[in-house]
Amino acid sequence: MIRPASPSTVHDNPFMKPMEWVSLALLAAVIFLVLPLCLDAFRLNLAGKYLSYAFVALGLVICWGFGGILSLGQGVFFGLGGYCMAMYLKLEASSVENTKIQSTPGIPDFMDWNQITALPWFWKPFASLPFTLIAVIVVPALFAFVVGTAMFRRRVGGTYFAIITQAIAAILTILIVGQQGYTGGINGITDLRTLNGWDIRTDSAHNILYFVNGALLVACILFAQYVKRSKLGRILVAMRDKEDRVRFSGYSVAGFKTFAFCLAAVFAAIGGAMFTLQVGFMSPSFVGIVPSIEMVIYAAVGGRLSLFGAVWGTLLVNWAKTTFSESFPELWLFGLGGLFILVVLAFPNGLAGIYRTYVEPRLTRRAKAPESAPTALPHAAE
Amino acid sequence: MAEDQGNGLPSALRRRLLMGLAGLPAMALMPRTSFAAAPATAAVNTTGLAVTDTEVTVGVLHSLTGTMAISETGAQQAEKLAISQINDAGGVLGRKIKIVQEDGASDWPTFAEKAKKLLVNDHCAAVMGCWTSASRKAVLPVFEQYNGLLYYPTFYEGLEQSKNVFYTGQEATQQILASLDWIHKEKGAKTFFFIGSDYIWPRTSNKIARKHVENVLKGTVVGEEYFPLGHTQFNSVINKLKLKKPDVIFTDVVGGSNVAFYKQLKAAGIDLSKQLLLTISVTEDEIDGIGGDNIAGAYSCMKYFQSLKNPNNEKFVAAFHKMWGDKTVIGDVTQAAYLGPFLWKMAVEKAGSFDVDKVVAASPGLEFKEAPEGYVRIDPNHHLWSKTRVAKALPNGQFEVVYESPELIKPDPFPKGYQ
Repeated sequence: MIRPASPSTVHDNPFMKPMEWVSLALLAAVIFLVLPLCLDAFRLNLAGKYLSYAFVALGLVICWGFGGILSLGQGVFFGLGGYCMAMYLKLEASSVENTKIQSTPGIPDFMDWNQITALPWFWKPFASLPFTLIAVIVVPALFAFVVGTAMFRRRVGGTYFAIITQAIAAILTILIVGQQGYTGGINGITDLRTLNGWDIRTDSAHNILYFVNGALLVACILFAQYVKRSKLGRILVAMRDKEDRVRFSGYSVAGFKTFAFCLAAVFAAIGGAMFTLQVGFMSPSFVGIVPSIEMVIYAAVGGRLSLFGAVWGTLLVNWAKTTFSESFPELWLFGLGGLFILVVLAFPNGLAGIYRTYVEPRLTRRAKAPESAPTALPHAAE
Repeated sequence: MAEDQGNGLPSALRRRLLMGLAGLPAMALMPRTSFAAAPATAAVNTTGLAVTDTEVTVGVLHSLTGTMAISETGAQQAEKLAISQINDAGGVLGRKIKIVQEDGASDWPTFAEKAKKLLVNDHCAAVMGCWTSASRKAVLPVFEQYNGLLYYPTFYEGLEQSKNVFYTGQEATQQILASLDWIHKEKGAKTFFFIGSDYIWPRTSNKIARKHVENVLKGTVVGEEYFPLGHTQFNSVINKLKLKKPDVIFTDVVGGSNVAFYKQLKAAGIDLSKQLLLTISVTEDEIDGIGGDNIAGAYSCMKYFQSLKNPNNEKFVAAFHKMWGDKTVIGDVTQAAYLGPFLWKMAVEKAGSFDVDKVVAASPGLEFKEAPEGYVRIDPNHHLWSKTRVAKALPNGQFEVVYESPELIKPDPFPKGYQ
């Protein structure tokens, strides 16, 4: 079990430890085999929706779990990604033929209701699919970069940063709701139909999108793992635990923090875009403070230090939410609240904490793999 | 003779036997006739809805939690009352209605998710539900995709007509035009100030009201202001009201904002017994929160008020109070929600089938004479013909009806000249 201390070279630091490969295989098996085989089309589509939230939780693990930057505004990036995709889909659904009952055919219906007679300039590029796909990534990344640079350069961190991200979520919601002629207001952008001519509302399309979503999620997990094991990942953890030491060692703390924040934003945006595709609409109710905090809860329940835990946590919380609300439509919020309190009180490191404390040691003992040294449990950041 | 008699007996026997034999197939048919009230399930349900020989499933989809719960509770209660009354009277095509209830949780995506669940998993023959326009817009594609049937109870902005939705509340022109005419004619109002919450319904309603004021009544709109949902600071606009002194304050502020608005109006010394105020967004439910004293004297324009005096309404109010308690108040939307199950039942029975396409085809022209609001008729555009009423708010939280349109008003969701 105890390994002689050796200089940490890249060779000594495999991409993933055996147990992590097992976790990945397990997750992949559930996403690609168990769920599709066990669930009907409607439930599978729901699972796909939950998995699109898992991108946000994954980003939070990097940003909050590793980097110690608690963002209570991830809904902003989820929303930006989702809105970019929704704008493209809405333009495609608003062909002159589909909208001939409007006073101005060919523009989205909510613009017509708000007496707008021409497509606003910032909507025009979203008629192109390649532009949209790039925008889904670049728009949230740029926004996170601006916010991150502004905050971290001035050494705004901890609680203050969390409050500011929350304020940004509130501001963006008010902006979207207020500018309903351009954004669909509180109704959001609804009635999305086709992606480049392909009807996304059918069961077969939902199935395909589910697998695309799953594959993207695994790709994001692998990328996050790559970041985690790289030097960059170690600096993030070092920064979380002793920011000043890292700064005195000559690293640009602001730069690393901004990177982690941007990466979390991009993950959230991919989730948002996949959400829009699978659910068929986007609304400001995903941008605001409440959904942003809910997304933090996914990561907290799953365990904010574990990439896989984040995905499990998201699945568990959303599954509980749906099941409770279907079985007890008038009482379900109490059940959900109870679940959160239980997790926070009994398992502060979430599902991953349970796994690491109780399951992994046994598995490791049984496997008796000499290489699998126990994972050092990083200190809780806050 | 003897021979004849001899031959006659067997022939009479044969005849009786033949008659008996002829009766056999008729006897085989007899049990069928006793089921005439409940036609075979295979005949009334060809599209796989949740209909058995004794039951039919209907969904109820409202917010039971979140900010909208307070508004949607009444609608949900009225739907359950209507369904229990229908069941007590023998059900629909001999089948009792089974309710599957889901919580939209004041969250539009949740509404869409639950609507899909009700249609795809539960195969509901019809769904009574939604309150806000946003939730309706969210579920609309779901109902259209899976060919479901939604009865939507809220007065709303119009500009919509779906094969899969019946709108049992009023669309904007029904609600607004008659009341503006009334306040112009009876009170001599010329200048109007519009105040609304910032979303699609108030903006569309005010657009229609402005066109009517300017083009038909030849009056002027001296101000038009919007506030975010949930806004509670109205002092700046109240100052503007004092400055502009409009003949009428016309409001479509919704939800909790109403409470702050009317309290601040009163605190600023604007006396609603002297200043005309016409609202299209305050029902008995809202007054529950605002407080009768704070809004007494204001005029509200709706199609239904709890205080309506007619035998249908007296029965409805008594039944509602019996089921949900004497303290509950009944607002416009609650009554409109009550109509949904009955309109569906009538259409199903006229069509002789639960199939959505047949129910939709059978609906136009149906009249519901037992409606608490009087009687209503379904237009081919899926909205209801209904009367519009203006009523004055009383300090006890009820309304006193002061005007009623003489005829049913035709629903016009795409009004020409008002867009």
